[in-house]
Amino acid sequence: MFTETFLITLFLGAVMAGMPLLLAGLGEQLSEKAGVLNIGLEGMILAGAYAGFLVAWTSGSSALGFLGGAGAGMIVASLMVVFCVILGLNQIVIGIALTLLVQGLTALLHFVQFSRSYPRLDGMQSWPVPGLSQIPVIGPMFFNHNPIVYLTVILVAVFAWIYRMTHLGSALQAAGDKPAALDAAGVDVIRTRALAVLTTGALAGLGGAFMSVAVAGVFIPFMSHGNGFIAIVLAMLARGRPLWVLGGALLFGASLSMTTALQVAGVNVPVDVIQMLPFAMVMLVLLVAGRKASLPAALGESFERGAR
Amino acid sequence: MQSPVGAAVSEPPATPGPVVALKGLTKRFPGVIANNNVSAQIFPGEVHVLLGENGAGKSTLVGMLSGLQQPDQGHIEIGGARVTVTSPRHALSLGIGTVFQHSMLVPSLSVVDNFTLGGTWWKRPDREGQAARIVETAARLGLRVDPFALVSTLSLGERQQVEILRALMRGSRCLILDEATAMLTPHEAVSLGELMRRLVAEGLAIIFITHKLNEALAYGDRISVLRLGKNAGEIGPQELRAQTDAGNTARIIALMFGAGSGSAAGEGAPRSGREPGPLVLEVAGLTAGAGRIPLQNATFSVHRGEILGLAGIDGNGQKELAEALSGQVPSAGSVRLNGREIGGMTVGGRRAAGLRYVTDDRLGEGTVGAFPVAVNFLLKEIGSTPFWQKGLEKPQAIRAQAEEHVKNFDIRTPGVQTPVGKLSGGNIQKVLLARELTGSAEAVIFAKPTYGLDVQNIRATRDRIREAAEAGKAVLLISTDLDELLELADRIAVIDRGRIRGIVDNDARARDAIGRLMSAGEEP
Amino acid sequence: MSDVSLPVAGGKSGGKPGRDWLWMLALLIGPLLAALALGGLILLAMGVNPLSYYAFVVERSILRPSGLEATLTRMGPLLLIAASLIVAFRAGIWNLGGDGQFLLAAVMVAAMTPLMHEAGMPVWLVLVTGLLTGAVIGAAWSVLPALLKAFQGINEIITTLMMSFLGVSFANVLVKLAFLDPATTTPQTRTLPVEARLPRLFDTTVSSGLLIGLVVVVLVHLMMTRTAFGMRLRVVGANPRAAVHAGLSVPKLTIAVFAISAALAGLSGAVDILGTQGNVRADWNPAYSLTVVPLVFLARLNGFGSIAYVFLFSALTIGGESAARRLGVPSFFSLVIVALLLITLGLAEYADKRRRARARQ
Repeated sequence: MFTETFLITLFLGAVMAGMPLLLAGLGEQLSEKAGVLNIGLEGMILAGAYAGFLVAWTSGSSALGFLGGAGAGMIVASLMVVFCVILGLNQIVIGIALTLLVQGLTALLHFVQFSRSYPRLDGMQSWPVPGLSQIPVIGPMFFNHNPIVYLTVILVAVFAWIYRMTHLGSALQAAGDKPAALDAAGVDVIRTRALAVLTTGALAGLGGAFMSVAVAGVFIPFMSHGNGFIAIVLAMLARGRPLWVLGGALLFGASLSMTTALQVAGVNVPVDVIQMLPFAMVMLVLLVAGRKASLPAALGESFERGAR
Repeated sequence: MQSPVGAAVSEPPATPGPVVALKGLTKRFPGVIANNNVSAQIFPGEVHVLLGENGAGKSTLVGMLSGLQQPDQGHIEIGGARVTVTSPRHALSLGIGTVFQHSMLVPSLSVVDNFTLGGTWWKRPDREGQAARIVETAARLGLRVDPFALVSTLSLGERQQVEILRALMRGSRCLILDEATAMLTPHEAVSLGELMRRLVAEGLAIIFITHKLNEALAYGDRISVLRLGKNAGEIGPQELRAQTDAGNTARIIALMFGAGSGSAAGEGAPRSGREPGPLVLEVAGLTAGAGRIPLQNATFSVHRGEILGLAGIDGNGQKELAEALSGQVPSAGSVRLNGREIGGMTVGGRRAAGLRYVTDDRLGEGTVGAFPVAVNFLLKEIGSTPFWQKGLEKPQAIRAQAEEHVKNFDIRTPGVQTPVGKLSGGNIQKVLLARELTGSAEAVIFAKPTYGLDVQNIRATRDRIREAAEAGKAVLLISTDLDELLELADRIAVIDRGRIRGIVDNDARARDAIGRLMSAGEEP
Repeated sequence: MSDVSLPVAGGKSGGKPGRDWLWMLALLIGPLLAALALGGLILLAMGVNPLSYYAFVVERSILRPSGLEATLTRMGPLLLIAASLIVAFRAGIWNLGGDGQFLLAAVMVAAMTPLMHEAGMPVWLVLVTGLLTGAVIGAAWSVLPALLKAFQGINEIITTLMMSFLGVSFANVLVKLAFLDPATTTPQTRTLPVEARLPRLFDTTVSSGLLIGLVVVVLVHLMMTRTAFGMRLRVVGANPRAAVHAGLSVPKLTIAVFAISAALAGLSGAVDILGTQGNVRADWNPAYSLTVVPLVFLARLNGFGSIAYVFLFSALTIGGESAARRLGVPSFFSLVIVALLLITLGLAEYADKRRRARARQ
């Protein structure tokens, strides 16, 4: 059954399903590094999915749709910034509240705008890399994707570079580990965290837009379907290493898209069995890796200057 | 980055004007005046000691100097010009570098990254260059620092050296060391003292904040004493040199505690050698590896009515010993109470057998801050009659007991339903004392019982400890304050790096003997 | 003997001076009014008159007898979820896995009870077995997070969420593969006949699930505030280190909390099946748990307050469902109101904190 088509279908499916996870997971990783547990991630993805679809459909441009999605994610993130980073309210409660708010609002808006027309976007064109995409097997797997996919893979490298090679990386690390030290070094902790959370919003929103614009072609209420929470887990397990988020997202994506691939291979397995795999996998990893899933020291705590 | 230490050398050694001057600083917090019209002048080439008890207002003063807090009245002058210090960063740019009591390094970053923290965000830190400068400056000051080591792998003393180095390399002309020796081993403290001397020799000004009198005398050129947030007095370099150590000590004690309270510092008569009662607490070969400092093979015993002191620098296994004894961490070895082996029992079992533990971490583990005073009295006896019957709470019984404790232990609280976290440190300590000293206590462990308390509460607590012994309890008194031990204990054991190095009788030679035991362990 | 916790504001300190009644009243009512007003703006934007919408919702869910009955019936499972969350949150455990615990229990109960009924077992026995099964299944689904938290210190937010997703998928697998009703073409379990369900209260259509819910919430509230066991759990929740110091067995208590909390979530699933649904359709997931989280926080983890908020929410959803048909406002609107309420309440807490800080200075 492990034919060439099967593998290619599986891999492409993994990329499509894993891309929102990867984008949101990279964002969440950034937030967690800076000390903000972003439970509102699910809401940011969903906001991005809705806005991405809306913009892409009204403007006719998927590029604008992606921008719109990122923007909507940032708007939700800015609420998170106000309530949790600036006012210091409980991050878990506000995160859940924002997710519910976006779920309700997008479902409402979708109902008002699209419940009679059910518009659908045309499938997106992929951008084959000239030359490389002609290589058998490797070509269609790696070099024939939506531009967002290339962009995201580049982002992984960019984040790895930022974390290891720039002052910003150290500042983010400090904001999550010892905010007072960052403050003493003259960097505004609130601003650093706000930047991290807003970026998270943009990335999660982009991930959501990818879901609606590039994968589904439609917006369906509640379509983020737990992706935000999976991304949170990915980020927690990856512990600050962007490449691990990439690997984890592909793994999750693969198990999500396994059904399609298996159908191509002529095996019929119910979707739900396959959908259990990634979660079962995480639990297994936690059972084995146990204590090592560490988190930044100041995660979930708000920062006040001079307070100990 | 400039090299201020080198630059400072070229200046004439005796500059006339002060680097920093505090002019009538006043800072109020809800309910207290932390600093009341405090003035001081800091001169280059001097170690200026700010001496005062806990709560005398030292931390607030540091906060204002380093820009964490703003004075309500008065101002700060630097180099003769009036300034408003808005943030630690700003303080640094004015030449004031602060090494706080609690490390201000990011544990998950390397030393070099901690130095470059705060650079232009998109730029790449110049790690190699910075590392070279660190090594070079460190070498000049006689320090050894690995710039690429992760801070979390460094000892507390090493972290402090890194912080001092960082403050200097950022151009500090005035260095503030806040309770710098609190977490250090004696050896590290001595190294710090030597480092301070080398730094002031190069023309730097140092503000050394401490509540330890002997350190003030050992390292200070000028000593300002703070008492209850006010200037209590200052002793200049000439005066300091003119007097003997004993004379200076007497003078400072008078300043710190007010006239006539010399005995508060622990010069009271040692407890006279009374006939020891029967053995109550026998500890043999107690070993516990769970803590930061593994406790190894602790063996000692305490008699009825006896106070056994445990001396040692903080963080040398005292906490581990107390927790192993109370059953909070797993341990091997034997603990016998009145001849009965309790080493295998749970915390609750040991308590029921008569072993009590007054923790030093009063809010961290001793109490639940958000819960009422009345409940905190019963924290270790949840479910016991008559306060609970068949598992159901009996509010009247709980309240009645609480009111009695409040009366007997003189606890100042608005009511027994007040959350305990709202009380002052002294009153929280009384809540703990009431909880641990009543009922069927046979042996009591006190961990740093007077740490962080004011004079009156120190007195009250020490009286309670003495009373407990006189009532026939066996007392283990863990303290980092040698004077306290010399005042209260019958015998004193010394702990160092998880081992008990020896036990001496509390007589005229005890101070020297303890000092020898504490430093003996330092040699490799 | 109560500890006022301010979970939304994130502060650990509690206690109120309680001298300014107007301010207190504003704190209680203000957020609700603000949330309704913000919701009204959204309705306006949708071209719906907010006043007539709210009036319609109140009329349909509270004033009209059949509406009120539906509202009260829906409260049963929600109250059990609230009880489940109160136990966990008061003990400082973030059990966010209620949805999986609920659904798996529901599926098992829906698979078992119709067969038991067909086999001729007496109704009361079917019901009791069903309720117990639900509780046991719910608790079983929390064993892994409980052990990982108690002995490995692994963050329960991750593990309960993972187990929740796993549970929801697993429940679907069970419905589609194992417990499929052979009599219908739609993928669903066998249906428990109406006569074998939880009895109705008096002459109404209100399910006695409401009674179960009310009793359990009140019991849980009393357990947490009036018993030694509840006190132990609260100590663990408020200060785990103090719990160790006081000789409490934190791992055992942690496991107990998970067991109780998850059993109540499972019981909620059983009550929903035995009282209202009768069967489980494939891909059915009401996601009560995450929706009730804000409600218990709004009630500050108080059992009686939770009853009030659950009633409010239940009325909003029932009224909202009617309004969806009549006024064209989808029922998701109730989600929006709850979220807005939580945010306005958070802001009120913040204002209160600031005010008290100022008062102290």
